[in-house]
Amino acid sequence: MDIPTLESLNLLAVLPAIILAAYTGLLLVVDLFIPNENKQRTALLAILGLGATGVALGVQINQYSAIGDQMAFGGLVIVDGYALFLQGIFLLSAILGILMAMNYLPRRGIERGEYYSLILFTTVGSMFMALANDLMVVFVALELLSIPLYVLSAFIRDDPGSEEAGMKYFLLGAFSSAFFVYGVALIYGGTGTTSLDGVAAVLAGEALNLPLALVGMGLLLVGLGFKVAAFPFHMWTPDVYQGAPTAATGFMSVGAKVAGFAALIRVLVTAFPGAAQAWGLLVIAIAILTMILGNVTAISQSNAKRMLAYSSIAHAGYILVALSAAQFPELAQEASSAALFYMLTYTITNLGAFAVVMAIEKDDGSGVEIEDFAGLAKSRPAVALMMLIFMLSLTGLPVSAGMVGKFFVFGVAINAASQSVWLAIVAIVGVLTSVVSAFYYMRIVYMMYMRDGDEEAEYPAIKPALGTALAVTGIGTLVLGFLPTLLFDAAQRALIAGL
Amino acid sequence: MLQETTFLAPTSWYVILSATLFIMGMAGVLIRRNAILIFMSVELMLNSANLAFVAFARSFMDITGQVFVFFVITVAAAEVAVGLALIVAIFRTKQSIDIDELNTMEG
Repeated sequence: MDIPTLESLNLLAVLPAIILAAYTGLLLVVDLFIPNENKQRTALLAILGLGATGVALGVQINQYSAIGDQMAFGGLVIVDGYALFLQGIFLLSAILGILMAMNYLPRRGIERGEYYSLILFTTVGSMFMALANDLMVVFVALELLSIPLYVLSAFIRDDPGSEEAGMKYFLLGAFSSAFFVYGVALIYGGTGTTSLDGVAAVLAGEALNLPLALVGMGLLLVGLGFKVAAFPFHMWTPDVYQGAPTAATGFMSVGAKVAGFAALIRVLVTAFPGAAQAWGLLVIAIAILTMILGNVTAISQSNAKRMLAYSSIAHAGYILVALSAAQFPELAQEASSAALFYMLTYTITNLGAFAVVMAIEKDDGSGVEIEDFAGLAKSRPAVALMMLIFMLSLTGLPVSAGMVGKFFVFGVAINAASQSVWLAIVAIVGVLTSVVSAFYYMRIVYMMYMRDGDEEAEYPAIKPALGTALAVTGIGTLVLGFLPTLLFDAAQRALIAGL
Repeated sequence: MLQETTFLAPTSWYVILSATLFIMGMAGVLIRRNAILIFMSVELMLNSANLAFVAFARSFMDITGQVFVFFVITVAAAEVAVGLALIVAIFRTKQSIDIDELNTMEG
């Protein structure tokens, strides 16, 4: 084994993640000296740290075209366009998540400084998920991402719903991690390495024990399937999303899911091109079932948070459509860019939808039934308009980010249809289930615009932080809808040397 | 160095043992209703993976698998900290850690 040198560590390449990790540890200590009634300062400090990380990341992205891909920690970590793009998404969702929490936590009486540190820890974990080039790093990052989220979902300590959410998320999360670890153990047994490139190289040649590696890959799929809430590993999602504090739900519905996909796509495309047919079929089957289950079950929900939980399951299905096209090496790059772009649109839109839910939620946590949206267009026209944009985008109707995202995702599946008829089927199911999804998204729009609400209904005041989050997500959704090529090019450039 | 005369169980024996432990842990998670016992079953699954790692590492004469085990142990310890805290918090509100009683939400 090589003795690591400073050059092979190449710490500069992972500077953004290191800055954020160090800053988070520091923030945890600083928070002790901030008095309880001033915890908004912790939040501002957290945003400051994310901003500093963002600057470091921006410098890196700027230099990327000159330097190209870099390895760090002796090849355990890879800094390529894919990782840079995803880290940007994670920072954005963390900033929005904190802005929403700044407004929400004091109202629920649960503003404790650790909340913000935990969000930052999760973000560090997500960043390393995107950077990972070795199953060992994926595992540690996955846990760094998940463990703070268990705490966040149980953050309303004396509320049975929140505790229940935390417990369920924890038990199923730990269960899925066990699958993941055992999968890695079998892959190690089958190939003799845990490095993604190493696994690919061994599988391309003479594998030590191919069946062992393939079973390991299946277990990895189970473990990550739990994280991204894909069928049949989705059953924790509705309860956890409903019980957790809405600010945490919004954050984890994008952060954890995107990070899970970051690892899933990287592992399958980089380490298992040799077994692409096997995982391709599995992913297609999971994608079809996930889209059907998510969309059909969402129809019968009466709670908005629960409805958005099923909708997030459905969206995991759409991202899997893109991943299923990545089984063909010549389409892998296009498929990954489509998935990246979809994740960006999903992040912005879904965070926005949860911000609206937070804007109408009462101080005791009630008021998030779909009925409670009635008459919102009259009492709160601006918020209702925002929700309209988000619902259009989640459905995938024109001039919204979601439509462009779906266009790319289904487009790449159609492109691949000439190679396998299953890709055509998965694209058709995707389009049909999107039509079904219009039913439950538009029901909220119907409630807001067509139904008269309770005249005395009082909505909590929208503070600047939540207002900013709403404005950013709303404008972002529209901009991505109008200027899609701009960002899709960025997503594609992100992958040129990447995958 | 291992001597020629030392009896070495073939790697496959360890792998079979670890697979058995993994399946026992999985069954435990699915069958048990007590949160602590479910949690112990998860630990059993993690440790079965550790056994597999060490067995493979020995057969390859490679250090990676053994290093991985240390990471798994550390992460498992972090999970215990959070998990037991959650279980204690739930016990305080509900006086029970039976997961079938965690059913305030439905749909």
